[in-house]
Amino acid sequence: MNLHEYQAKRLFADYGLPVSVGYVVDTPDEAVAAAERIGGTAWVCKVQVHAGGRGNAGGVQLVDSTDEVRSFAERWLGTRLVTVQTDADGQPVNQIYIEACTGIERELYLGAVIDRSISRIVVMASKDGGVEIEKVAEETPEKIFRIAIDPFVGAQSFQGRDMAFQLGMAGHQVSQFTNLFNNLMNLFNKLDCSLVEINPLVITDAGDVHCLDAKINVDGNALYRQDGLRSMRDISQEDAREVQADAFGLNYVALDGNIGCMVNGAGLAMGTMDLVKLYGGNPANFLDVGGGASQEAVAEAFKIILSDTNVRAVLINIFGGIVSCATIAEGIIAAIEEIGVDVPVVVRFEGNSADRGSERLAASGLNLIAASSLVDAAEKAIAAAGGSA
Amino acid sequence: MSILVNRATRVICQGFTGSQGTLHSEQALAYGTQLVGGVTPGKGGSYHLGLPVFDSVRAAAEETNANATVIYVPAAYCKDSILEAIDAGIELIVCITEGIPTLDMLEVKARIGISGARLIGPNCPGVITPGECKIGIMPGDIHLPGKVGVVSRSGTLTYEAVKQTTDKGYGQTTCVGIGGDPIPGTHFVDVLGLFQQDDATEAIVMVGEIGGTAEEEAAEFIKTEVRKPVVAYIAGVTAPPGKRMGHAGAIIAGGKGTAHEKFTALEAAGVRTVKSLADIGEALAEVTGWE
Repeated sequence: MNLHEYQAKRLFADYGLPVSVGYVVDTPDEAVAAAERIGGTAWVCKVQVHAGGRGNAGGVQLVDSTDEVRSFAERWLGTRLVTVQTDADGQPVNQIYIEACTGIERELYLGAVIDRSISRIVVMASKDGGVEIEKVAEETPEKIFRIAIDPFVGAQSFQGRDMAFQLGMAGHQVSQFTNLFNNLMNLFNKLDCSLVEINPLVITDAGDVHCLDAKINVDGNALYRQDGLRSMRDISQEDAREVQADAFGLNYVALDGNIGCMVNGAGLAMGTMDLVKLYGGNPANFLDVGGGASQEAVAEAFKIILSDTNVRAVLINIFGGIVSCATIAEGIIAAIEEIGVDVPVVVRFEGNSADRGSERLAASGLNLIAASSLVDAAEKAIAAAGGSA
Repeated sequence: MSILVNRATRVICQGFTGSQGTLHSEQALAYGTQLVGGVTPGKGGSYHLGLPVFDSVRAAAEETNANATVIYVPAAYCKDSILEAIDAGIELIVCITEGIPTLDMLEVKARIGISGARLIGPNCPGVITPGECKIGIMPGDIHLPGKVGVVSRSGTLTYEAVKQTTDKGYGQTTCVGIGGDPIPGTHFVDVLGLFQQDDATEAIVMVGEIGGTAEEEAAEFIKTEVRKPVVAYIAGVTAPPGKRMGHAGAIIAGGKGTAHEKFTALEAAGVRTVKSLADIGEALAEVTGWE
């Protein structure tokens, strides 16, 4: 689960990480009031969307009058921001964040992620802040310092000090950074994060270490024990169909093709999309309907797939394991009769009672096309959708 | 021969009396697995499916001499269950459950590393040595005792690969589902090493997917350590970046973990890759020269 910058900064403040004074607002009047409450003569206005690349897209602006604060709010609230990380429609801007302006001496990068290859949390830092860290990692990997955290003893102050010296800090900055490092790791662990990123971390013109940006991703599997974070989910930033699928325990990801896919198992669902593409078609989605593909799940899956108006045919690919294909066939028939499906549906059964399942579908009188193999299913679905793309 | 499990493996089930534990224990018993008991705290002393129930893994292990356990408990309790099994000295721990918090797995993984126990999963179908021992949720009847080792990050995709090797008549030595989580207990390289050492395994099928670098690490390992033919399939060529494709570990993050990178690494290691999952059996015939 992704958090907004303003949510991440509140959590940063709760855990003792230095952030600027700021307020989140959703009207131009509130934006001006927030600037006045912060005081001073310059502010940073930032749209709050779940996407990087906001700055280059015009979604972050340094202003020096409350008139400019108002016009920024009027310009963005209620619109959508398109960045290099969003699709062509962009993300809705429902809130903006007004923050005190910070004088910057230099920009650094600090982040913590889970390194899958060594099964450790790894803290990364670089003197090259404010730019895309993936790019730094690709082009000049030697500029990134890494420290792995031992799961038994956790982050240690010496690791923070080492990193501070590597980043070229001196004097009181070293202890400031070490505190920040320890607090960051405390936050990461207590909030079940999968990623925390501060880009940029800055040295202010007063010589202090300060978090100018804040990004937090939370492990979705741990939300059951993160009461405070669950309510921070902003579904306006997510694909509506993915949200709907999620509510029914289905995994759905929208793609831009015209062949809807309904498959039991995540790996097989990906494999099915790949096969459709390989044979010249275009999958409209990823959808894992669950191992047992129950009638209820199939009905919900149909509703979600068919709410995508690009879909011209649906390919159902089921490997019957413990649950028989005959049982799953009953569910598919009932689901189609329940909701009415007006595009051709190609079904491929394999495994447990596959033949009986196919016979049951053939006898249903519905517009169902039986496929004899994976390849046959892909070809029939592509033909039913109007041929190769 | 086989790896990890055989007809001598004595298995207990944690979460034995729950719905999943019951369903799959019945299936395991029907398959002939030597399931010797189960654990449900608070129900110790009772019987379920004709087998003794214990309050703790330690008690179950002492009474039954179990050397393997399968875990069906809910995700929130899995860390505790796995650590309990390690503490009781169980050698092989198979965790089927999906949805365990990643930070729990970091601690579990570190503990496993110093314990000498082996963890398969989580978020996996389990392990089966056809005709001998089935631990997990895979359908037993698609398997055939034989000569191909199968290792995979996915459930139903494994079944497709298994079915193809069965239809060809080759059969399997052992099939290992290592699971779709970002922090698996056992990696491709571990299983590949076991298959290389197993005399009965003549060829290996490896099924990977997008996310992480486990397939690239496997490619490096195969290059230097594996002397048997390997056929590999990677799912997720069409997956968009930044989206989690069902499995917690199946995500292209920061432009890394694409199917293309994995195919390239495996091909460079001399592995026969297939772009269509329907071609696994056929490719196996080609690389081995089997009829």
